Amino acid sequence: MAPKDESASQPIIIVGSGLAGYTLAREFRKLNQDSHLSIVTADDGVFYSKPMLSNALTAKKNAAQLAMKTPQQMEQELAATIISETSVSAIYPLKHRIKANQDYLHYSYLVLALGAEPVRLKLPGNASNAIYSVNDRIDYKRFQDAIVGQKHIAIIGDGLIACEFANDLLNQNYQVSIIGPGPKPLNRLLPTPAGDALKQALESIGAKWYLEKSVVSANHQADQISLGLSDGSEVVSDIVLSAVGLRPRTKLAEEAELEINRGIVCNPYMETSDRDIYALGDCAEIAGLNLPFVLPIMNGARTLAKTLAGERTRLTYPAMPIAVKTPALPIIVSPPAADAKGEWTIEHDGQNVKCLFENETGELLGFALTGSCCGEKQALSKLVPMVLA
Amino acid sequence: MRKWQCLVCGLIYDETLGMPDDGIAPGTRFEDIPDDWACPDCGVSKDDFELLEE
Ligand SMILES: Cc1cc2nc3c(=O)[nH]c(=O)nc-3n(C[C@H](O)[C@H](O)[C@H](O)COP(=O)(O)OP(=O)(O)OC[C@H]3O[C@@H](n4cnc5c(N)ncnc54)[C@H](O)[C@@H]3O)c2cc1C
Ligand SMILES: [Zn+2]
Repeated sequence: MAPKDESASQPIIIVGSGLAGYTLAREFRKLNQDSHLSIVTADDGVFYSKPMLSNALTAKKNAAQLAMKTPQQMEQELAATIISETSVSAIYPLKHRIKANQDYLHYSYLVLALGAEPVRLKLPGNASNAIYSVNDRIDYKRFQDAIVGQKHIAIIGDGLIACEFANDLLNQNYQVSIIGPGPKPLNRLLPTPAGDALKQALESIGAKWYLEKSVVSANHQADQISLGLSDGSEVVSDIVLSAVGLRPRTKLAEEAELEINRGIVCNPYMETSDRDIYALGDCAEIAGLNLPFVLPIMNGARTLAKTLAGERTRLTYPAMPIAVKTPALPIIVSPPAADAKGEWTIEHDGQNVKCLFENETGELLGFALTGSCCGEKQALSKLVPMVLA
Repeated sequence: MRKWQCLVCGLIYDETLGMPDDGIAPGTRFEDIPDDWACPDCGVSKDDFELLEE
């Protein structure tokens, strides 16, 4: 745990300035004001809200307005050195250093907060490169500029982010087609009646669904793009947005011979296979869990801040219900653990659905709520088990 | 006075305390916070807060 003498005087380096990197820095400074802290980031270092990207239109915010703080403000608030527009290309764990652009930087402890990147479909046809995906503020600006004056947007994907973007675009009166493989949206997260309720709610504000279909080609057609679907049909739209999933950024860790699986593998102390290197956020797989959401980041940041301040602390996660930002039908879901055994019981009244996942002895292991049933979230959250005890 | 919680990151806004660092005086009711206010921790809007029942 204690770094070698020559590295002890070196800064703690955080790689990445997303919610994970910046929240960790903030939590660390609450406990320690003296240690040197550097944040190296490939982007511009602006603190912005990634969750807002999928409801920024409704909130009437453009890419510039999504910026909450400049890197200069963050440097001051965090008493940290922020090295922006600088990509880390290698980690040398034995030497306690990283390669950032052409420079080598030494660290005492290193935190990987690299995020995840959108899965990009490689489709046959000449329009594959014209497909947008939105995973950061810069992507968002490109997308927002592109949709001005357009009418019809096709979204590939039927998951959480796809549905949130669909709702946001429908609120602005765009015509929206959604193409996805599932029998209903959010198939992996929601039991059927809740997924169906969301499907209908988005339909009622204009969404056109192409479910149980995949996209097999993308071609320019005059000013538009024609997507060929697996059943032989096609969807012709002005703009195509892909939201088919995210993949944790593991390459840097893999090349440094750290253990990786879906994400960068960490024990419950958030240590990677090298004890002076930690991981947090969308890139990390902690105690077997890769949870690309804000609440796990907040919990992880508080825990890792303690460890970095000298008190090695084990991560626990409380119940962390996810709010799906689809105002057409608000949804809250606290998914049961992957290996949980039990059954769903479902009550519904039109769009308002309450789904409880219970085991044989009647213990509540998860829930999904839509519409007015969302009001039961606080009471139910007290009953479900911790995500990581 | 009431408490409100950010649905995305869990931050609690306590009306009694306000949020002086964010320019919101103690005692400010949630309704009276400007609509363009954003959660200081995760950046989502006021719409993404819920009233906390005690
Ligand atoms: C549209 C959208 C809506 C969402 N809505 C919600 C929601 O409502 N609720 C919720 O809980 N979660 C939501 N999420 C998920 C949540 O936003 C993410 O879990 C969180 O923002 C991830 O933060 P991060 O810091 O791990 O990653 P990122 O924010 O992606 O940050 C990664 C950082 O690493 C840097 N980086 C990467 N590689 C390198 C390198 N080699 N060298 C230097 N720097 C590097 C990048 O420049 C960046 O600064 C949403 C996500 C999206 C995309
Ligand atoms: Zn918040």
